[in-house]
Amino acid sequence: MPDPMKIRANQLGDATEVKVLMSHEMETGQRKDAQGKVIPAWFIQSVDVTCAGKTVLTAQWGTAVSKNPFLSFRFKGGNKGDKVVITWVDNRGEKRTDEATVA
Amino acid sequence: MKYVSKGTLAFAVAALAIAGCATTRDDASLHADTVAMLKASFKPQGQARMDRLDQDETQRVCSDYFGKPLPASVTSRVEQSNLESIKWPADGAYLGDWKAGEKIAQEGRGKQYSDDPKGPVGGNCYACHQLSPKEISYGTIGPSLYRFGKLRGYTDATRKYAYGKVYNADAYFSCSNMPRFGTHGILTEKQIKDVVALLMDPASPVNQ
Amino acid sequence: MARFSTAAVVAALLVFLPGAPQAQAQASDTAAQIQEYRDALADGNPAELWDARGEVMWKEARGPKKVSLAQCDLGMGAGVVKNAYAHLPRYFADTGRVMDLETRLIHCMTTLQGISDADAHKILFGGPGKRSDVEALAAYVTSQSQGAVMDVSLADPHVRRMYALGEKIFFYRGGSHDFACATCHGEENKRIRLQDLPDLTTKSGAQKAYTTWPAYRVSQGELRTMQWRLNDCFRQQRFPDLVFGSPASIALTTYLAYNANGAVYAGPGLKR
Repeated sequence: MPDPMKIRANQLGDATEVKVLMSHEMETGQRKDAQGKVIPAWFIQSVDVTCAGKTVLTAQWGTAVSKNPFLSFRFKGGNKGDKVVITWVDNRGEKRTDEATVA
Repeated sequence: MKYVSKGTLAFAVAALAIAGCATTRDDASLHADTVAMLKASFKPQGQARMDRLDQDETQRVCSDYFGKPLPASVTSRVEQSNLESIKWPADGAYLGDWKAGEKIAQEGRGKQYSDDPKGPVGGNCYACHQLSPKEISYGTIGPSLYRFGKLRGYTDATRKYAYGKVYNADAYFSCSNMPRFGTHGILTEKQIKDVVALLMDPASPVNQ
Repeated sequence: MARFSTAAVVAALLVFLPGAPQAQAQASDTAAQIQEYRDALADGNPAELWDARGEVMWKEARGPKKVSLAQCDLGMGAGVVKNAYAHLPRYFADTGRVMDLETRLIHCMTTLQGISDADAHKILFGGPGKRSDVEALAAYVTSQSQGAVMDVSLADPHVRRMYALGEKIFFYRGGSHDFACATCHGEENKRIRLQDLPDLTTKSGAQKAYTTWPAYRVSQGELRTMQWRLNDCFRQQRFPDLVFGSPASIALTTYLAYNANGAVYAGPGLKR
């Protein structure tokens, strides 16, 4: 079971700002271990964010995103009390969903 | 990664039981307790064995006087004994290949417990010094060596001084922060000559 | 093991500044830009992930005795976590020795939870595929001291003794390279390559350095504590392997922590 994300969602005027810290190795597949064997690629491939059930962001990630990614973005709309739900899926098919309330 | 053994804990308890509030750095019993504590706190790993904790006279004296001005008698004793220990090249030549010298200056590995004993050993000169102006990633623990040869003159005496300095920095400046690359067998004679070339060859980037 | 390190970004930033050697004004521009970059990174410090994991671990019933760490005494009473780090290391009568956070955490894991010494020490420094319980717990406990004023007491003679020995060790030159801690950390305004070096013999230097550990080390991709920092310093000093929780590690931590007194604890930090 992947580690939970840390999510903060705050209303800023007519927009909402979401900041999320994800726990993931984000292995590029380019590195080698001490024995010289390639460490297989393992990274988040998609991120989906909804607010009050409506999609506000989708992202397709690759190996350029660092370990333990931090994503910060704003979208127009969103009200205090709305539920923000974030889901990531990695190249192994593992996924994690967490939610937060807009403050 | 081993943890603290019961024996080590016993030592720690005994050490703490020693009464006394000696806090001066040059107190003999505090020194003895320090050495004992170090021996009980480290374990050998890779090429770094416990003899790494044994201090020679220079290391001992320089530890005692850290941050304090050295009396003239101490300064001359340290510099004299270190100068006498320098092994000069048998062929009397000091200048090697500056291109190899630059590689040695960039190489930070060597002698760590994590280093392959058969792997590259460098001087890590850029950790502390500016050298070639092309390298912006340089440290400031030591003075800039930019234009070392150009400023001092391309003489045999200076080449010899550079060789001696890399071999044993304490011979010229007692209690220098700089490792004694020759005395401790970190760099070979050939490597030191290559570093001298980096400093003293008119064609070296250091002197441009 | 290196990822996108601060040094690499700094080098990239410096490429856009004209010529070497750097003038005073350019040098301070660079420093200001680096600080701006660091401040931007600090929002979203991955150390928070270790903090969250550590908090769960503290409250979870674990080990053969199936109890939480709610009764763990970090020096301010059983279960008191708030501000505890600001007063460590300290002397503990129940063990008869001076202990730092990491050794005290292991003590609680073994005595309260019945976890064996061997198991508690199995993974001390985390890495890909392996997690360190001590690192997570340390992140949690230290986050609960954020904002506290460093106040390590030398009232106890055991702690005074450790301070004195720690100071001696700090200045102890040895190894194949004649290095002491003070070789790099004994003078103001020095740097190794492009990494600024705090002068740990001064109050301000010790304060700046000590209050930002434990920290998420980007180049490690892990949260690291003072025990790791000391071991890794000695490795680069060409000393042998510093044993985790050893007397020398506690003595040095005591020396540094006391020197940092008066500063506001700002950890867990974020470093390159």
